[in-house]
Amino acid sequence: MANFITSLDKKNKLGLALIAVALIVLPFVLASAGTAWVRILNFAILYVFLALGLNIVVGFAGLLDLGYIAFYAVGAYVYALLASPHFGLHLPFWVIIPIGAAVACVAGMVLGAPTLKLRGDYLAIVTLGFGEIVRVFMNNLSNPINVTNGPKGITLIDSFKIGSFDLGKSDVFGGLIFSGPIKYYYLLLIVLLAVIVINKRLQDSRIGRAWVAIREDEVAAKAAGINTRNIKLLAFAMGASFGGIAGGMFAAIQGFVSPESFVLTESTMILAMVVLGGMGNIWGVIAGALLLSFVPELLRYTVQPVQEALFGHAIIEPEVLRMLIFGIALVLTMRFMPAGLWPEARHRREMEAKREGKK
Amino acid sequence: MDIFIQQLINGLTTGSVYAVVALGYTMVYGVIQLINFAHGEVVMIGAMVAFSVIVSLAGSGLPPLAIVACGIIAAIPSCMIIGYFLERVAYRPLRHAPRLAPLITAIGMSIILQHLALLVWGRNPIAFPQIIDNPSFAIGGASITGVQIAIILLCFAMMAALTWFVFRTKFGIAIRATAEDVRVAGLMGINANAVIAATFVIGAALGAIAGVMFGTYYGIVHYTMGFILGLKAFCAAVLGGIGNIAGAMVGGILLGLVEAMATGYIGEITDLCRWPGGGTSFLVERCADGGNFVLFGSNYQDVFAFLVLILVLVFRPSGLLGERVAERA
Repeated sequence: MANFITSLDKKNKLGLALIAVALIVLPFVLASAGTAWVRILNFAILYVFLALGLNIVVGFAGLLDLGYIAFYAVGAYVYALLASPHFGLHLPFWVIIPIGAAVACVAGMVLGAPTLKLRGDYLAIVTLGFGEIVRVFMNNLSNPINVTNGPKGITLIDSFKIGSFDLGKSDVFGGLIFSGPIKYYYLLLIVLLAVIVINKRLQDSRIGRAWVAIREDEVAAKAAGINTRNIKLLAFAMGASFGGIAGGMFAAIQGFVSPESFVLTESTMILAMVVLGGMGNIWGVIAGALLLSFVPELLRYTVQPVQEALFGHAIIEPEVLRMLIFGIALVLTMRFMPAGLWPEARHRREMEAKREGKK
Repeated sequence: MDIFIQQLINGLTTGSVYAVVALGYTMVYGVIQLINFAHGEVVMIGAMVAFSVIVSLAGSGLPPLAIVACGIIAAIPSCMIIGYFLERVAYRPLRHAPRLAPLITAIGMSIILQHLALLVWGRNPIAFPQIIDNPSFAIGGASITGVQIAIILLCFAMMAALTWFVFRTKFGIAIRATAEDVRVAGLMGINANAVIAATFVIGAALGAIAGVMFGTYYGIVHYTMGFILGLKAFCAAVLGGIGNIAGAMVGGILLGLVEAMATGYIGEITDLCRWPGGGTSFLVERCADGGNFVLFGSNYQDVFAFLVLILVLVFRPSGLLGERVAERA
């Protein structure tokens, strides 16, 4: 990261500074339009986390995981159970988040171990099934011992707290009102920065290159001495822990979890973000996640009035229209831009490496 | 014992439906080694189309069986068109693309089909009209309904017809040759594109019938029903050995039986009060007066298919009757 900053010229530094200022001011600008928009922004960042986590599995290693939301659910429920009046436990978040990540990681390994040695499509179906199993358990583990509280979900989940500083409550600093969502936004922004750096480093590391090798040609990768099974399992477990961490933050920010937040549609949505943005390219995935989280919100505010103005009443619900657009976008992207909107620059890098090698 | 026979009958019925849907997966997989991800949605559309036809004919004075037959006859071509369209849009243009690509277009198609169905037939579960007389016959303490008998017989008839088609007709030979090796089949003068499209279309036609059977049996259809039905049928296909037609039938029926038995008995098995030592202190109150402490009840029904799938993948990845090697780069 330090290298990255010093390698920039003055113009780029100025640009970076402007982006940083814009990101810092952004919540206040949005808050003037309504706190709801800050919340939407926060959830968009959570989707970016999820998309980046799934990108490790799908984009880097080329394994199709269709039940990714299950790991998010595991993280969210671990947080909810350990920090809510449901069991009367109120552990601090810095204890629970690692637990959630670890539980999700173990779940990922248990699921991945039997299936990763098989072909990719089996993994897709097993993960899809796992997503459903987790949902069935969330819905039904309320009897005879009430663990998940069934479809009603768990409410009154603690927010992040450090001493008396509560991220869920409003504070005033220097005349500015920092509402709960705005404080969470800054936390998410910091975590996001860390996640991006981790992803970037991972991608260029030995492991990251092994993932790409497996994705491109598993037999060749094996011949080159890569322990393909372990490396694939690592990708799967790492993606799962990312999902678990994001889930914990989701539970704290939302203050409420129920099985309804973890349906299959969410899994496909995150997959759509990764695919649409450009599998394997971190910036593309981020852009895809932001695009697909904001467009539906914009549709929500525009589709209804437009339809009402045109036909006098709403013909297609915005939610349905959004899904239709998703479906069509998935098909069209794969057909005409199989690498996504912002494809990975791997080939370009390969070319550069070749040229440098010749010198 | 009554429960056992009853669950046997129920399992045989749902298993037959799974088997017919699984045939659609296995045929496509056998030929192009890809999962037809939107197959469940095709089944759903079949059920929905049949529903609309049956409802619109209900007041026409035709005999009930003829009305249901009309529903099936309308559903089959609709599904065949969708199956063909699916192959042309989501699979054919991507035949030489990376393996993930067609899977993702198929997911896209299944989202589109689901939400189009949502637009046409609405968000709520629809009661499938039960217009046929459904007499019930007693068998050793259990009962079997006319609809169940019809479903089981129809399924076996369809499987027999498909087996005859694939193993005894010229086109069937072409399908098997293409499954063996697309390029060599092409050299022998087989139009591989036509064969691949045909497997999608045949699978869709079978799916349409399965959809109508599902609607008639459960009495309820919903725009999301294709998802879970498709998943279970896929599990069935893997259980039997994907790519193998007989395997799909065996797998489907076996999965139906496993699911029915597990659902029927899991409550009893996981009832801690029935366990030896069920009188431990904290259970005493719950277990008194025939009380129970059931850890997992029949509401876990949907879990078993995936457990079976995972177990098969661990212990016998090629399936019960599969000869194909599961691992192929």
